Amino acid sequence: MTTTPPPATAEVVETTTAALAARVEERRLRRGLSPRTAFLLRRLGRLVVSLAVVIIASFLLMYLVPGDPVRAALGQSATPQLVEATRTQLGLDRPMGEQFVRFIGGLLTGDLGTSVRLQRPVADVIAQRFPTTLLLAVLAFVIAVIAALPAGIGAAVLARSGRRRGLSITLSAVLGILIAVPSFLVAVALISLFAVQLGWLPAAGWGQPADAVLPVIALAIGPMAYLVRIVQVEMLAVLDTTYMTTARAKRLPRRLVYLRHALPNIVTASLTVGGLILAGLTAATVLIETVFAIPGLGTIMVSSVGAKDYPMVQGVVIVYALIVLGVNLVVDVILATIDPRSSITEG
Amino acid sequence: MSARKKLLNPTSVAALVGSALLLFLALAGPSIWGPAADTTDVSSRLLGASAAHPFGTDELGRDILARVLTATRLTLLLTLGSTLIALAGGVVFGLVASILPKHPRRLFTGLLDILLAFPWLLMVLFFTVIWGATATGAMLAIGFAGVPSFARLVYNLASSVSGRDYVRAARVVGVGPVGILLRHVLPNIANPFFVNAAATASVTLLSFAGLSFLGLGVQAPAYDWGRMLQEGILRIYINPLAAVGPGIAIVLAGLVFTLVSEAVAGTRGAGFRAVAARAAGAVTLASRRRESVRDSAAPVGDTAAEITDLHIAFRDADGGVVERVRGVDLRIARGEIVGIVGESGSGKSLTAMALAGLLGDDAVVTTASHRFDDIDMAGALTASDRARLGVELGMVFQDPLTSLNPALTIGRQLTEVPEVHMGMRPRAARARAADALTAVGIPDAATRLTQYPHEFSGGMRQRAMIGMALTGAPRLIIADEPTTALDVTVQRQVMGVLHRAQEETGAAIVFISHDIALVSAFCDRVIVMKDGRMVETLDAERIREDAQHPYTKALIACLPDMTSDRTQPLPVIPPELVPEALDDAGPVGVRQPSGASAHDQEVPV
Amino acid sequence: MNALEIENLSVRYGRTRVVESVSLAVPKGRTVGLVGESGSGKSTIAAAAVGLVRPEAGSIRVDGVETVGGGSAARRARRRMQLVFQDPFSALDPLMPVGDSVAEALCSTGRRWSRDERVARVRRLLEQVHVDPDRAGERPGAFSGGQRQRITIARALAGEPSVLIADEVTSALDVSVQGAILNLLREVQQELDLSMLFISHNLAVVRYISDEVCVMRHGRLVEAGATEALLAHPADPYTQDLLDAVPVLGERMQF
Repeated sequence: MTTTPPPATAEVVETTTAALAARVEERRLRRGLSPRTAFLLRRLGRLVVSLAVVIIASFLLMYLVPGDPVRAALGQSATPQLVEATRTQLGLDRPMGEQFVRFIGGLLTGDLGTSVRLQRPVADVIAQRFPTTLLLAVLAFVIAVIAALPAGIGAAVLARSGRRRGLSITLSAVLGILIAVPSFLVAVALISLFAVQLGWLPAAGWGQPADAVLPVIALAIGPMAYLVRIVQVEMLAVLDTTYMTTARAKRLPRRLVYLRHALPNIVTASLTVGGLILAGLTAATVLIETVFAIPGLGTIMVSSVGAKDYPMVQGVVIVYALIVLGVNLVVDVILATIDPRSSITEG
Repeated sequence: MSARKKLLNPTSVAALVGSALLLFLALAGPSIWGPAADTTDVSSRLLGASAAHPFGTDELGRDILARVLTATRLTLLLTLGSTLIALAGGVVFGLVASILPKHPRRLFTGLLDILLAFPWLLMVLFFTVIWGATATGAMLAIGFAGVPSFARLVYNLASSVSGRDYVRAARVVGVGPVGILLRHVLPNIANPFFVNAAATASVTLLSFAGLSFLGLGVQAPAYDWGRMLQEGILRIYINPLAAVGPGIAIVLAGLVFTLVSEAVAGTRGAGFRAVAARAAGAVTLASRRRESVRDSAAPVGDTAAEITDLHIAFRDADGGVVERVRGVDLRIARGEIVGIVGESGSGKSLTAMALAGLLGDDAVVTTASHRFDDIDMAGALTASDRARLGVELGMVFQDPLTSLNPALTIGRQLTEVPEVHMGMRPRAARARAADALTAVGIPDAATRLTQYPHEFSGGMRQRAMIGMALTGAPRLIIADEPTTALDVTVQRQVMGVLHRAQEETGAAIVFISHDIALVSAFCDRVIVMKDGRMVETLDAERIREDAQHPYTKALIACLPDMTSDRTQPLPVIPPELVPEALDDAGPVGVRQPSGASAHDQEVPV
Repeated sequence: MNALEIENLSVRYGRTRVVESVSLAVPKGRTVGLVGESGSGKSTIAAAAVGLVRPEAGSIRVDGVETVGGGSAARRARRRMQLVFQDPFSALDPLMPVGDSVAEALCSTGRRWSRDERVARVRRLLEQVHVDPDRAGERPGAFSGGQRQRITIARALAGEPSVLIADEVTSALDVSVQGAILNLLREVQQELDLSMLFISHNLAVVRYISDEVCVMRHGRLVEAGATEALLAHPADPYTQDLLDAVPVLGERMQF
């Protein structure tokens, strides 16, 4: 989080977005901005708006709880003193506008409030747990992508050749199952096989490299299967196009036909899905961390939701949102850079 | 798929059986197994699998299998509740958005897209804080979290239908937006809607299980599969089945919904795709329309290419075989320009593709002989054969936008043949490519080489395709409807380019078209094809006088030209001569203007 | 009085002006052909006439009544023009029986139809276009391309128009079928004394069916006049280009 001074009022957020949008339009008309830059600016604008939506929604969390949010969190048996103290701690005794300003200010200075349940700064807790979750997600993502690309291409070539149909159908069925079975069930299955039956790997805990194996596999399997399916579908569609016939008419060596002509055309779809997967992994970590009792953002999120620890939930939601939005932006930037048409046909 | 087929295929049967089973368990389960599920027996607690307790017992000695079966009702009820919330919200918002005027609609879909960027689980957890970590709270949370994605889907479906010609026709006639919604949009989105609804149910079931598993859904003493899973995992070392049991139930129930989705879908695989898309949080899993493959008298030394007794057949969906080309002989002399004319279903494009040796594995091709110069195309090709074909055989297809690779520069595509087959270095290859572009009349060739196909106009792209053939040393150029998609003035230019190319290289040309006037004006010899057979071969300049076959004569007669008698009705091809594919008595003809089958109710999933 | 009068019509899509100050008239009972290549704006004129797009400027009058703008008089006047679409595959709702698609257009007449009247009228219309009326309950998928085009013509006629606008109606059809549709249009026009605006890029077809021809290019009207005279002696070089570009059967193309 940056250390710039907080803005004076909430309206500044709104006007900044509007001003940015207006300036983009102006520049586009005046200087005839290149389509690519205009596209990136639009994406950036959308990022800002999305972030604004998340921040506002997070802020409103307490207000959306039916009834008294403090009582809902502490339970009916809490003493009135505790309730009042918590109310003050959460800032609910101040007017909404002032609270919003403090909220935004806190975000910009890195102060996310104090956890009601743990009585520790939220930012500290997040900073402590964030690397674990990140590690899990990134490892799973890398494994999924590295395994899926060649597998998807191979599956497409296999399906297209019409030979070995039995294998093709089996592969399709296996993929279908892996996509449909949620990660936590896969985790349970893996644990019961590799930890309970075979005893090769630990069922829970975090600290040794061996602890990471089952969680990462459980996280990676579903997304990997999905990516294989996508790559396969895209590859089949590409192989059916006229330009592939043109390439074959030129009697180019097969390797060249696939690598130079087919591959670039599946990159866009694969990249888009890759981004989707990475964003989805951040959510899947919640479940996997719970299964394996891993001290990451996921487990703290679950316990905070259960206990209605508002500051904690707000903080974690915003962090997750930042990750998702960041990943989406990176994917869009890469796409705009490599795909000659994407910036121009963007809508 | 015919209704009968739909009901009897394995997927539908499995879906029906599965649904019946789930329904039975939901209705009767608690009565039958409830008592066993609630009977505590502390003396037999935490047992593993046995005959009396196939899934073992939990910590209060209750039979786990009985609990799994009893929990079906609650699990299904909660799943259906959330699904209905998501569906209702999605339908309302999606349909409303589709009839909004332009600017509010943009705003609305923009907001939807922002919401969709976030993983659903995050939204569910967020809502759970608001509505509480209870069964009802979880149901509301999951239901509402599913609304944006379903709304986007409904909106996409509704918009795509709204853009169709028959909706525009209804608007012209005066049908209002509500009328259009009810009479045209809803029926046409019904199928993909139900496919996705079933898929959503499947994913919702799994999501709910996940939430209960986290302890944020169903709370004790009530139990659903998710909650049982949570309890079971704590004891996984003692009795794995305590967790695996409910897990299997979850997977099987999800599978039943997926099968229902697949059974409802018209196209194969659509249901599975829908579930996969929903599971990954994608709104749609884009399924591209397939382009169909356009899908036709000298001694051997003077022959550029020849093919005799060509038969081409395809396997259809029911396993039968349909013959599309029925015994065609084609011989192209060196430097000859041959035109092949035919209507839809005549097999002219397939013949040309067969001549080039480019038909895929899905075509069953038999020939008596097939040669390109002295290369025997019927046998296996050596590497040098392939190199020669790449250099000496050029292809020009109908749609220049799709026949050039959109991801590669024009330069990259035009230098390939010189580099790979002619052993040229990149610089020399680029020079050759630039020369080719200049030869086809594209100015500023060096800059153009660095551009992408979408930066060229339609006519320029076609010229670039011809240029691609010129980078080699063409002995034969096969042009399949190269000007059909072009304006008539652009057509003239492109024909001029083709003519010049032929003069400069001495290549033979096979020119395929449905336009008999064009073919006769450009070619030396005209071959008329109908229903997969060659009907007649004629000298182009004497085509009107020499035509013998009734079909050819009828084709020529009914073609309006600049001298047709305006006072008389146009001659019509008599019914006995109309090609099978266009026969009024039969089903829809094969010619599809946009390349997509009219029967394709593609589930946009 | 002219059945259709278009005066100084301009239509804009986004920033580009697709039709620029076009004026033309279709006399009663006659056919005017509108010919041009892609981007000429001819289809946009058709869309503007039936109210599918809003013109930026200009007026469109049917039987003297203004159709541009709001108001019930304008709406009623618009309904007196009916459009026959190009693509027979997408012009009919694939799930709706063809009889219902044709019947839908009856509400364009502004009258109320009882069920029996509706059924009878649909039968009569299908007969008029030479499609077996007993097949009114079948879906479009059961018919060939040519038959579907006839059904779309029947739908246009159901609205009892005084002006029929045919937008590239033969472009998606094979030669075998093309002639039959053109003959049908002529027949129907004579029977019902319709006025027709026939839009196409095919010069030979336009010449055959039109009494007068208008040539469009890049949104502007380049030339207009009686068919035979204009095509024999075009005043504008673009028209000459178009004529030169049309291949003639049996005559070698000169380059």
